[in-house]
Amino acid sequence: MDLLGGINPAVLVASLMMASVPIIFAAIGELVVEKSGVLNLGVEGMMIIGAICGFAVAVETGSPVLGFVGGALGGATLSLIFALLTQFLMANQVATGLALTLFGLGLSSLIGQGYVGVKPPPVDRLDLGPLSDLPVLGTILFHHDLMVYLSIAAVVAVWAVMHHTRAGLVLRAVGENHDAAHALGYHVIRIRVLAILFGGAMAGLGGAYLSLIRVPQWTDGITSGAGWIALAIVVFAGWRPGRVLLGAYLFGGITVLQLNLQAAGARIPVQYLSMSPYLITILVLVIMSADRRRIASAPASLGRTFHASR
Amino acid sequence: MTELLRVEGVTKAYPGVVANADVSFAIREGEVHALLGENGAGKSTLVKMIYGLVRPDHGRMWLRGQDYAPQEPREARAAGVGMVFQHFSLFEALSVAENVALGMESPPRLGDLAARIRQVSEEYGLPLDPSRMVGDLSAGERQRVEIIRCLLQDPRLLIMDEPTSVLTPQEVEILFQTLRQLAAEGTAILYISHKLEEIRALCDTATILRRGRVVATCIPRDRSAREMAELMVGAVLTPPERHGRPAGEVALEVAGLSVASPIPFGTALKDVGFSVTRSEVLGIAGVAGNGQDELLLALSGELKAPRDAVRIAGRGVGDQGPNARRALGLVAAPEERLGHAAAPDMSLVENALLSGMVRKRLVRRGFIDWGATRAFAQAIVAAFDVRTPGTFVAARALSGGNLQKFVVGRELSQEPSVIVINQPTWGVDASAAAAIRQAILDCAAAGAAVVVISQDLDELLEIADRFSALNEGRMSPPRPTQGLTIEEIGLMMGGAHGMEVAHHAHA
Repeated sequence: MDLLGGINPAVLVASLMMASVPIIFAAIGELVVEKSGVLNLGVEGMMIIGAICGFAVAVETGSPVLGFVGGALGGATLSLIFALLTQFLMANQVATGLALTLFGLGLSSLIGQGYVGVKPPPVDRLDLGPLSDLPVLGTILFHHDLMVYLSIAAVVAVWAVMHHTRAGLVLRAVGENHDAAHALGYHVIRIRVLAILFGGAMAGLGGAYLSLIRVPQWTDGITSGAGWIALAIVVFAGWRPGRVLLGAYLFGGITVLQLNLQAAGARIPVQYLSMSPYLITILVLVIMSADRRRIASAPASLGRTFHASR
Repeated sequence: MTELLRVEGVTKAYPGVVANADVSFAIREGEVHALLGENGAGKSTLVKMIYGLVRPDHGRMWLRGQDYAPQEPREARAAGVGMVFQHFSLFEALSVAENVALGMESPPRLGDLAARIRQVSEEYGLPLDPSRMVGDLSAGERQRVEIIRCLLQDPRLLIMDEPTSVLTPQEVEILFQTLRQLAAEGTAILYISHKLEEIRALCDTATILRRGRVVATCIPRDRSAREMAELMVGAVLTPPERHGRPAGEVALEVAGLSVASPIPFGTALKDVGFSVTRSEVLGIAGVAGNGQDELLLALSGELKAPRDAVRIAGRGVGDQGPNARRALGLVAAPEERLGHAAAPDMSLVENALLSGMVRKRLVRRGFIDWGATRAFAQAIVAAFDVRTPGTFVAARALSGGNLQKFVVGRELSQEPSVIVINQPTWGVDASAAAAIRQAILDCAAAGAAVVVISQDLDELLEIADRFSALNEGRMSPPRPTQGLTIEEIGLMMGGAHGMEVAHHAHA
């Protein structure tokens, strides 16, 4: 099984699934936000606040489950600021989102001062009995913690809600043409605020996964651009949940692969290896979205401020 | 017939304007009732109150004898009031069935809904495929989506806000048949329009509004269109006069112009060709979305084409941008006033500069001559009767009609040799529209070649020497306007879009 200079493909696939979880959560949350017509560039900030809140709660209570809840709440709270500023005070969404990221990065390192070097309570992998013992498949599919499965379930759930329920239809309608949705009597602001909170909670979950499982410890700037990648994936995936999953796995896969290559002492400068996940993910997604028709698939009201008075 | 809706003493004021003052009228069941008035007369505000989008300051409404004060459209729909909007309230990236579902309180599953849509659309002779994307539909088909969305909820009162402005004459006839059928079934229709002949053909009663007040109620069949127009405007109208005939020298020539549309869900131009001589007005009709915007972009220079596809006075300019074409004498006024013809947050002076800088030489060695620019803006305001506190106000602060006078005036004041103008009088009141048409004719008399793209057939018949129509990006060969019948024009515009499969349930 040892190919690629000592890298086991089954382990590689298994660890890429883990590596992708934070991005999946953040991206699927942002997808819902953007489908409602709001552009929240604060994903990175909400993720890192989720990471520190989740870490702190898990350490203080000793319960990783409460940690994840805390992470989601932290992300949602930060997104609430964004919702207040953009939906009620009509602030510019791009500027507010950028400010949110900067604020989140700063605040997280303030909260995190006492947690550097602390070990969080461990999260067990699910024991699926005989399934986990299967050769290859068991390693790839049935040897993970619960969050890996939850992240996939979240993608499926968002897809199903978006395309098969009335709530999803109304959400898409609000993002498509907020004036028309208002004229039909839908509460544009309320729907958008809920979408923003959902996006914040999901980004927070993704952040908490980083600090509690993936790393697992607290360091400043732990997200290292994962939120930005999540944002890019949403756009290049053409706002489709399935492609978001694909993009996240691609990014996770290359991240894991280049780490393994670094460890295996590949004769490529480390800097090139480290930049490769970002570069290749963007490149592939750009090629996938090069189709001109896809431009029309962006929510038509994306980033536009809604005034009910008109 | 029993009374369905009574409106009494309804008043609604916005900061600075009274949209409706003490308006009263009543509609019976099965009646087609016209609400007639110029832009800004308060028609839209009035129906928004009936539909629950706006709440009146004073006054009461009764629906079937019950107090009626809808807090939101949901309540209005539940009470049996449906509305077809002037600017369609549709979602382009969603399917027909999804659009219909969004307008219903408790829609059935999408599969069942699609079957219902098919059934109702055949019953009323309005064919529609529920699975198509609304963005791909023609304007007439989009309107059908809105009408069917209302019909599925069995409305007692159907409000139609300017429904025919986007239809071909054939489509108007189909719409009228549907509305007559609905009225015969007992549905009351509140029909908003400023097209008088339509109202005379369709409506039983008309309430005429002027500056927010009811000025008359009449039976349209007993009045002439002219009488009603004068009631509506409150003044005697003079139709534009024309002097001068085409001089024969070709000023603008377009040949084999094919360009892809830069607009999502737009229409590509396909092999468009025509020429316009000096002092000639070429009218181009067509239902919205058949390539009008693209044609304007291709002529103004915003959309580039092969060099010889567009020629001004014999010089190929197809590959040149707007400023190069302006320098050669071509000015263009697009349809969208805010954001395309004018920068909304910039003052009138700045907006005058943006388009006038080339031909009026408002920039010298890279520096703006603000004095000359202000004088230019003031001259436009004075010559075109733009009602504004001054030239320092932002473009978005002007009402639609006033801004239209300003942007059209700005182009016409540049001594152009070729004028391209899309929807010159869209959303402009009757007297301002007459003034704009007169100014266009005056420019033509002074020797300019004029291309007017418009969806208002009456306007084109009034000012155009030759007439053509755009249909799905193709342009029909221009024909002299004199002697054209409405029937022929309708066919040039593509007849009734999507009606090949038409199937009238009623004869």
